[in-house]
Amino acid sequence: MLRLAPRSAPSRALTLAAPFVALALTIAVGAVLFLALGHPPGRALALFFLEPLRGGDGWSELAVKATPLALVALGLAVCFRANVWNIGAEGQFIAGAMAASWVAMRATESSHAYLMLPAISLAGLLGGGAWAALVAVLRDRWNASEILVSLMLVYVAEMLLGYLAYGPWKDPEGYNFPQTITFLPVTQVPLLAEGHRAHVGLFVALGLAAVAYLFLFRTYAGFQLAVGGQAPRAARYAGFSARRSLWTALLGSGVLAGWAGALEVTGPLGQLTPHLPVGYGFTGIIVAFVGRLHPFGILLASLLMSVLYIGGELAQSRLGLPQALSGVFQGLLLFTLLACDALASYRILRVPAQRAGAAAVPS
Amino acid sequence: MPRPDAADDRVAGSSPVPRLTLTNVSKRFPGVQANDRVSLSVRPGELHAVLGENGAGKSTLMKIIYGAVRPDEGTLAWNGAPVAIHDPRQARALGIAMVFQHFALFETLTVAENVWLGLGRGRARQDVAREVERVSAGYGLQLDPGQLVSGLSVGERQRVEILRALLTRPQLLILDEPTAVLTPQMVERLFVTLRRLAAEGCSVLYISHKLDEVRALCTSCTVLRAGRAVATVDPRRETNRSLSELMLGAAPPAPPVRAARLGDEILSLRGLSLAAGDAGGIALRGVDLALRAGEIVGVAGVSGNGQAELLAALSGEDRRAPAGTIHLGGRDVSGASPRARRALGLHFVPEERLGRGAVPALPLAANTLLTRRELVGAGGWLRTRRMRTLAADLIARFGVSARGPDTPAGSLSGGNLQKFIVGREIDAGPRLLVVAQPTWGLDVGAAAQIRREIVALCDAGAAALIVSEDMEELFELCSELVVIARGRLSPRIAVRDATPALIGQWMSGLFHEATPEPPPSPPLVSSRAEARA
Repeated sequence: MLRLAPRSAPSRALTLAAPFVALALTIAVGAVLFLALGHPPGRALALFFLEPLRGGDGWSELAVKATPLALVALGLAVCFRANVWNIGAEGQFIAGAMAASWVAMRATESSHAYLMLPAISLAGLLGGGAWAALVAVLRDRWNASEILVSLMLVYVAEMLLGYLAYGPWKDPEGYNFPQTITFLPVTQVPLLAEGHRAHVGLFVALGLAAVAYLFLFRTYAGFQLAVGGQAPRAARYAGFSARRSLWTALLGSGVLAGWAGALEVTGPLGQLTPHLPVGYGFTGIIVAFVGRLHPFGILLASLLMSVLYIGGELAQSRLGLPQALSGVFQGLLLFTLLACDALASYRILRVPAQRAGAAAVPS
Repeated sequence: MPRPDAADDRVAGSSPVPRLTLTNVSKRFPGVQANDRVSLSVRPGELHAVLGENGAGKSTLMKIIYGAVRPDEGTLAWNGAPVAIHDPRQARALGIAMVFQHFALFETLTVAENVWLGLGRGRARQDVAREVERVSAGYGLQLDPGQLVSGLSVGERQRVEILRALLTRPQLLILDEPTAVLTPQMVERLFVTLRRLAAEGCSVLYISHKLDEVRALCTSCTVLRAGRAVATVDPRRETNRSLSELMLGAAPPAPPVRAARLGDEILSLRGLSLAAGDAGGIALRGVDLALRAGEIVGVAGVSGNGQAELLAALSGEDRRAPAGTIHLGGRDVSGASPRARRALGLHFVPEERLGRGAVPALPLAANTLLTRRELVGAGGWLRTRRMRTLAADLIARFGVSARGPDTPAGSLSGGNLQKFIVGREIDAGPRLLVVAQPTWGLDVGAAAQIRREIVALCDAGAAALIVSEDMEELFELCSELVVIARGRLSPRIAVRDATPALIGQWMSGLFHEATPEPPPSPPLVSSRAEARA
């Protein structure tokens, strides 16, 4: 019989090694999976994990996916460190995209890019922040569970997006497709290189990772947030405001998710459609944890998760495997990571089934 | 499986075979030798004390006997036969019962239901209820089997625990510091029960560091010091001084002599009343208290009588106090945050060190930030170098055994963490220091050091309020005492005028009664105080 016993302190080595062990296990399980599906596991895995890294196009597409993932996950890391469980980043992402689209649709031929682009970003920030603020108000004022509320607001945001795309914002010359006009080039987020979809949002994500690092580990506000998350009674003892932590965390993550939405809709997409949400808000949760809630870890994790996204697409187009494989791999990764985490804080004890004393049962 | 029948040899002291014999038992934990070749023998019907300071290895030894910890070396013999006890279940099957310091009772269940649940399978609830009634009457435990535990006092809850142990018909009953939460009157009633039990042949192992209790109750006493059994004596023939010397290895250092030079009023509580914050909490009722600079005042009382609530109201963690009830240096701070109060010079050391006084996962350097605002620079940036310097200074000055400023607070032992936290607050140079259980769990040297630091702080013009359950400590440290009982505060009394009987009476809430009766209880004033006399 095996039993889990808590370690006196979590093993530091295991905590750091966990993501790598989890990745190795994911690949191993993936190999078995491919085998069962009738594909040689070596080739399939290479297609899944290595093919996305080939060539400028590959890296550009990775950046397109990693940018929103990193932005969302950075915000969520701040949130989760404060013990605030915002799982509705997807909704905040959509809200940011809608707000940014509203501004982008107002652009004219005479608009200036240096006014337009900041305005679009600002709208995205405000949109995502407002959507998260709803959660904060409900939690703060009526003590509603932020988990449920933030999740349900995702569906509200999706409905709202559908309403706008099918209704008032529909392009009158769009052959009745549910989509807005194609935004004018002046609203386009500058690309990193001509002919590739990767855009300067990548630098936004890199810069914000540094900002998040400084905020979390070098400022009093970040310290208060962490104490409130780890030891609420110590925060009360120190006199840190739990309400302030709640608002900081939710607004911070909402704003970042909203910004990601704005960059997505005015970057690769160029118009708002009901197909905008592809799960970056939810995958961001996995990214945040795989990245150990650390800004630099999150950058790596977002890259890894993008590989899984693109690998899934390749598996579909070249091997005829279902796209759902991406989700399977993401789930596997999170699952094995949680298992590794458990083993970092607990160790396995072997308990002999028959003990000398077990015979003498007290009556 | 038939259980060993205790009745066979329930003739006090007549059996030549010891009930329990420990031979050269050793147990080592990382960094500490908890037990070092300890030998110990308990006869049937013997009231055997295990005496020792905090950290002397008493609890480890008892856990070994109860099967919760396995010894590295040494042997145990039970009624003459060698035995290896692997877990508490086996210990109970042998006839060993243990009453822990902290109770494990279900508040929402009745006395009988709690006892029934503790007995394990195979007994009908009705039978247990009847037995509870019979046994509690037989041992003078006075309990109503149908009453809900939530309505019981601490002493009554302990009786439920004892009852639960007795219903397993033990041959050996282990009690771990059973009087820590009892008033002197309750202690005397507990002793009556234990003596009756011993007379019937049940052996009792009584873990304590209180000399008077051991002398009043026990017929044999093993003294532990730093993990070793240094002597086995008959406590009835010893004095507090001789026992104390055995326990400490040398006469304890004399307490600091203080000439009180009192300054301005620093703290003033005026009719502070607060409804209970949560279920099971205690309401504060009309608390009046004033502290002047240079003063050290102790708050005595059985735990759970409003200490936690009073401390939270003082620290600002509970900010419901009505305006005008709490004044600090002449300013009304009733609704002020802990940070605002700290800025006015009020620093507080809470009883819970991990999770309240310190964040376990954060390094010591970061833990300085909890209460030291000066480590935050302009724009909210942390002064990381100063944080590390301060942590290193505290480690050096207060003898905290930690590798350095980067050590996580949670990896320190309770005593070391306490030194760090108390140090952090004293080093801040407060005008008023409020400390809950300042030396709980500390070894003698560390406790003495913390007390010296508190005294030095107050000699320099600060005031201190000490909330403690340890009467010895209060008598040693404080000049005046108040007693808290059911959310009310007794009048103040100078330590030299406080008699054990009076304090005991006050602890049960009777401070507006007339003259106290002379006590049948053991004297409260500490063994150490007497040893010095």
